[in-house]
Amino acid sequence: MMQAAGPMLEIKKLSVSIHGAPILEDLNLTVRAGEVAAIMGPNGSGKSTLAYVIAGKPDYEIVSGEIWFDGEDLLELEPNERAQKGVFLAFQYPVEIPGVATMTFMKATLNARRRSRGQGDLTTPDFMRRVREASQMLKLDQEMLRRPLNVGFSGGEKKRLEILQMALLRPRLCVLDETDSGLDIDALKVVSDGVNALRDPERAFLVITHYQRLLEHIRPDVVHVMAKGRIVASGGPELALELERNGYRDYAEAAA
Amino acid sequence: MTAHVVQRSTAETTLMRQFETEKLSSSPRRADAFGRFIAGGLPTRRVESWHYTDLRAAMRDAAPLAPAPDSGAIEDARAILTDRKRMAAWRIVLVDGRLVAELCDQFPPAVSFSREEPSPVDVDDPMVALNEAMSVEAYVLKVADGARVEGLIEITHISTAKDARSVYSRVAILLGIGASASLIESYLGAGPGVQRNSLAILTLAEGARAKHVVLVEDDAELHIESRLGQLAAGAELNDFVLISGGALTRRQLFHKLIGPEAKITLGGLTLLDGKRRSDTTLQVVHAAEAGTSREYYRAIVDDEAVGTFQGKVIVENAAQKTDGAMKSQAVLLSPRAQMNAKPELEILADDVVCGHGATVGSLDPEQLFYMMTRSLDRDEAESMLLEAFGEEAIRRIEDDVLAEALRRPFWAWLARERVARVGGEGEIHWVESAS
Ligand SMILES: Nc1ncnc2c1ncn2[C@@H]1O[C@H](COP(=O)(O)OP(=O)(O)OP(=O)(O)O)[C@@H](O)[C@H]1O
Ligand SMILES: [Mg+2]
Repeated sequence: MMQAAGPMLEIKKLSVSIHGAPILEDLNLTVRAGEVAAIMGPNGSGKSTLAYVIAGKPDYEIVSGEIWFDGEDLLELEPNERAQKGVFLAFQYPVEIPGVATMTFMKATLNARRRSRGQGDLTTPDFMRRVREASQMLKLDQEMLRRPLNVGFSGGEKKRLEILQMALLRPRLCVLDETDSGLDIDALKVVSDGVNALRDPERAFLVITHYQRLLEHIRPDVVHVMAKGRIVASGGPELALELERNGYRDYAEAAA
Repeated sequence: MTAHVVQRSTAETTLMRQFETEKLSSSPRRADAFGRFIAGGLPTRRVESWHYTDLRAAMRDAAPLAPAPDSGAIEDARAILTDRKRMAAWRIVLVDGRLVAELCDQFPPAVSFSREEPSPVDVDDPMVALNEAMSVEAYVLKVADGARVEGLIEITHISTAKDARSVYSRVAILLGIGASASLIESYLGAGPGVQRNSLAILTLAEGARAKHVVLVEDDAELHIESRLGQLAAGAELNDFVLISGGALTRRQLFHKLIGPEAKITLGGLTLLDGKRRSDTTLQVVHAAEAGTSREYYRAIVDDEAVGTFQGKVIVENAAQKTDGAMKSQAVLLSPRAQMNAKPELEILADDVVCGHGATVGSLDPEQLFYMMTRSLDRDEAESMLLEAFGEEAIRRIEDDVLAEALRRPFWAWLARERVARVGGEGEIHWVESAS
């Protein structure tokens, strides 16, 4: 595997707006290979926007700034090219796709990722084995995978399916946008175990969450605080504990 | 003093000449039908049911009538059949509107196919009248009372003409009391010079059940297809069309539920690209109590193509307890693609449940983005969404064999679309049956 000389993800002075309204302003963020970075911040501070911009959602206007991933200019790439290079976004609200069976979809995505790396398609038994292993780990009923993608899935099932897809695609950078919201206590543990199983010196995680509890399961190396479209503080895991006690008031003022 | 001068179009003048010189006018029935046609001439936008298809303007001339097939044409037809995967247990082959016995199968005892003029159906439409006037031959397929035909019956309409030809075909399908059959009609071989006027009369006696699939895959300049149906008490008709070819396709359906508790399910998937146009115009009349009608049509429209759906469900006074639902849905793939949708209800009874709706839109960008974040390129994601859109329509035929027959041309069209959009092989490797 390629070993990047610099950080895996480097965001420099990124300003983003939507319909002319600024959402991210001069945002700087660095994530290193092997790192688990948490992002916490009040509602509407721009966390999902940041996640979408990393994944390449077309609606946003990049006003200025840069995003480098493994030394490549991410902003030049289509969402699928970013995914093929190893960027993965687990959606805060996974999208329902009626008429497309979950299994069929996952097989197509896995093969698309493999082909982009010059690998051949997986055989069906090989694919089925991987799905079986991953769904057992995430305690997802395989019968569900015959149903149309995300359609009629409960909130928690959708989140687990996101992690299942992540486990199959084995990305380099995993951006998890509030994967813990909507999960019951047991599911939170199952999903965290799934994420921890993927921890690797070559892989990085950007974990967006509102709750310290997730970070008890997925121990972060760094915690960033986001307010009003920028990173206003960074620290160790203790920062999350402090936020839990005191809320965001101090940081909201800092950003203003 | 000037008399009222009728300005005939070139095509109308040619049709008048053809009608005289081909000695068709000696039959009073044909003469009467031609009279009904020529009174209004080729339909224009001023005819409500032809509002979106100005045939008079579209038809620059009427092509010469196709002659009876010679041995060369029969060999060409044989070659077309050999190239296709055989779907049906029993096949009837019409070449340029005429039965070619040597290409047909022997039917089981309860089924017959004979040369015979069907009993008239009262439908007021110029192209229906023209079909009656100009069809040299007519056939009737009969399924005997109580017969349940197990295998699929296929009626194949083949055109082999290399140059401009007009082709008329006329077939009636009669299902006896309590009879049931699955039918497939395929239109094959027509090139861009062919003008086709095809008519089918479907008569279902009490308790008869038919599943009927129509495939329009070839590239006629003009494909006009009229279907006239009558359902007696408790009869059920499920009719589905897939259109993937033809420069100008007009399908017009006139169905009537004449007995109580009849049930009709009409559906279609229209696939349009380039400058092709396709018009589906249907009328379902509920004339008896407790009938059910469903019309679900879907279209995928790309490039500068134009799709039209006009549906009218009429619930007569006597048709209390009617249950009707009609829906037209279209996906536009290009900013210049167009869809006209006009579903209508005309309800004269008071105790009915009827609804209709129409949607026209592009593929959902949120869905496309989600799919692309999982590594699929835009094109592959689009194809997948389109396949799902079409599959939902096809599934309504509720018959595995017929659904399979519909998927083949659908996937072929999707693959051609992909090639046109991105180049490359156009292979759709993700296709798997969803079960
Ligand atoms: N499509 C849009 N149109 C207009 N405003 C938008 C759009 N998308 C996001 N915003 C605005 O951008 C801001 C940041 O939204 P974002 O979803 O990134 O916040 P967040 O930090 O993820 O919040 P939460 O914790 O509630 O998930 C919000 O004020 C939101 O209303
Ligand atoms: Mg959010």
